[in-house]
Amino acid sequence: MTSPLEQKKIKIAGPSVVTANRTWDGIVVYRTAAKGWSAELSEAAIVRNSDEAKALLAEAVADDVGAIGPYIAPVQIGEDGKILPGNLREQIRRTGITIGQPAQV
Amino acid sequence: MYAYDEIDRTLVNERVSEFRDQVKRRLSGELTEDEFKILRLQNGVYLQLHAYMFRVAIPYGTLATNQLRALAHVARKYDRGYGHFTTRQNIQFNWIKLAELPDALEDLAKVGIHAMQTSGNNMRNVTSDQWAGVAPGEIEDPRIWSELIRQHTTLHPEFSFLPRKFKIAITASDHDRAAIKIHDIGLRLIKNEKGETGFEVLVGGGLGRTPFIAKTIKHFVHGRDILSYIEAILRVYNQYGRRDNIYKARIKILVHELGIEKFSREVEDEWQHIRNSSLQIDDEVIEDIRSRFTYPAYEKLPHMPDELRQAAADPDFEAWRKNSVAPHKVQGYSIVTISLKPVGGPPGDATAEQMDALADLADKYSFGEIRVGHEQNLALPHVAKRDLPALWKALDKLGLATPNVNLITDIIACPGLDYCSLANARSIPIAQELTRRFANHELANLIGRLHINISGCINACGHHHVGHIGILGVEKNGEEVYQITIGGRADENAALGTLIGPGVKFDEVADVVEDVVEAYLALRERPEELFMDTVKRLGVEPFKERVYATR
Repeated sequence: MTSPLEQKKIKIAGPSVVTANRTWDGIVVYRTAAKGWSAELSEAAIVRNSDEAKALLAEAVADDVGAIGPYIAPVQIGEDGKILPGNLREQIRRTGITIGQPAQV
Repeated sequence: MYAYDEIDRTLVNERVSEFRDQVKRRLSGELTEDEFKILRLQNGVYLQLHAYMFRVAIPYGTLATNQLRALAHVARKYDRGYGHFTTRQNIQFNWIKLAELPDALEDLAKVGIHAMQTSGNNMRNVTSDQWAGVAPGEIEDPRIWSELIRQHTTLHPEFSFLPRKFKIAITASDHDRAAIKIHDIGLRLIKNEKGETGFEVLVGGGLGRTPFIAKTIKHFVHGRDILSYIEAILRVYNQYGRRDNIYKARIKILVHELGIEKFSREVEDEWQHIRNSSLQIDDEVIEDIRSRFTYPAYEKLPHMPDELRQAAADPDFEAWRKNSVAPHKVQGYSIVTISLKPVGGPPGDATAEQMDALADLADKYSFGEIRVGHEQNLALPHVAKRDLPALWKALDKLGLATPNVNLITDIIACPGLDYCSLANARSIPIAQELTRRFANHELANLIGRLHINISGCINACGHHHVGHIGILGVEKNGEEVYQITIGGRADENAALGTLIGPGVKFDEVADVVEDVVEAYLALRERPEELFMDTVKRLGVEPFKERVYATR
């Protein structure tokens, strides 16, 4: 859960995606294989080694108008092929805060 | 309240227009994120985990009811219906869209609110005592001087590109509610032997990964010289402060590395060059600012009205009054703290409905004024004692009468990993669990004054170093782990807490706090001995033994 802001070296230990926040509204998005962005993790392009990760990240960084702050995030691939967030931080980014919002308390 | 003049209004409106153009250019691709980032930060816009976060300044913690309603409006129209009051008299909105930010800023500008000085490496929002102007025994209203510094530093080019952010807090009371000793510059208003107003100046306080308590650099600086003295400090910082390493860039590191004596000499030399310049403040300037702060037309009221005497028979009212109501400088009036720490709720959050309703109550009972404190609570500064029972009933209906001010469930917590891109661990769920554990008011009251502060990373936005019990969330092998300190405090006797041992897991934190509290209850010599007194008397060892004996 080290902050991606401290992500200096690209070294991946398993399947990963490139994630960022959409520029105009800030929502969480994932880089797709079609060189676009999607709010669905299931549509994210999966990379499995550093070279693939670097290439996908470079492509994402180049799309500066589409999304900001791209970084590589780990994912897990379920037995059914479903893509799941690889750590708590990414889980929270995908599914939202783990607490009730004030109006819900 | 402070009444803005035409210069202030023009500045705020021009800023909105400027930012609208910047956002437009960013969304069209004319500006890259690298170019835009500093501009958005100068307007309080961060990028967090889920969305942009918009931080709005509440200078010296004073709000008029139309301003609170405007904040409620922003929460409702542009966000998800709530806001989060921070530890530096700001409010944050967590789900704002960049494309809509100029509109939100424009709506706020109509009531004189802005987001300048809420982020970036500049002079941040000047904070003060939330009881300013109404606290008994105060030297004078510290907001007059806060406003002077705000006017001088807002968009000042010399203070806009500092090595790092720079925070000033001011108090005018013996009891420090503004936490001045954990600020880059802390100012304590005092009178000299001639009866002249001036400041004890402290420098180099701060938390984060390298915490320091501020040191006194000068015992008395005359009020007319305060701007030149602050500027001298800033010049020395600008000259020697490190820009090569973000972790060593705060003034606290410079003060520590140079030593307070050498740092003081450097400031003194610099000050002599600029002391008698245009930075010397004319009395008329201060009087003009003073005249813009208006105070209510208080009535002559009895010390103990019948309404209060009758309500005292209700134990629920008394429980609330005892913790939430403080003496006022004017007889017959009180300062009422509004707890934003409901059992099971996120500390410091308020819904748009609560903000609107509180604005109505402030109009009815507090001359239209609300205050924001660094403990993430609000206050009504001018409540007639006769109105306390009616106010309590109204607050209770809104979920704003939790009788826990200054008790163990009055927790300070940063947004943590639920919202923050810097965080390593969650803060709010820990606070929520602790409020459930200690929800029993009789137990909380038995424990007495005890502040728990929680941060979700080493940047310490939850001020964990100065919590009586401090909780710091870190990440270890992909898991959230929490380090516990005890003995910290943020008041006039500010101190950093001491780590009691190895970190504990998320699920164990509340148990550990319970152990610490049980140890305290067993160790205290008498019920009046507060937690901090016991820690001072015995040190951390007995608490450490209790916590780790079975872990």
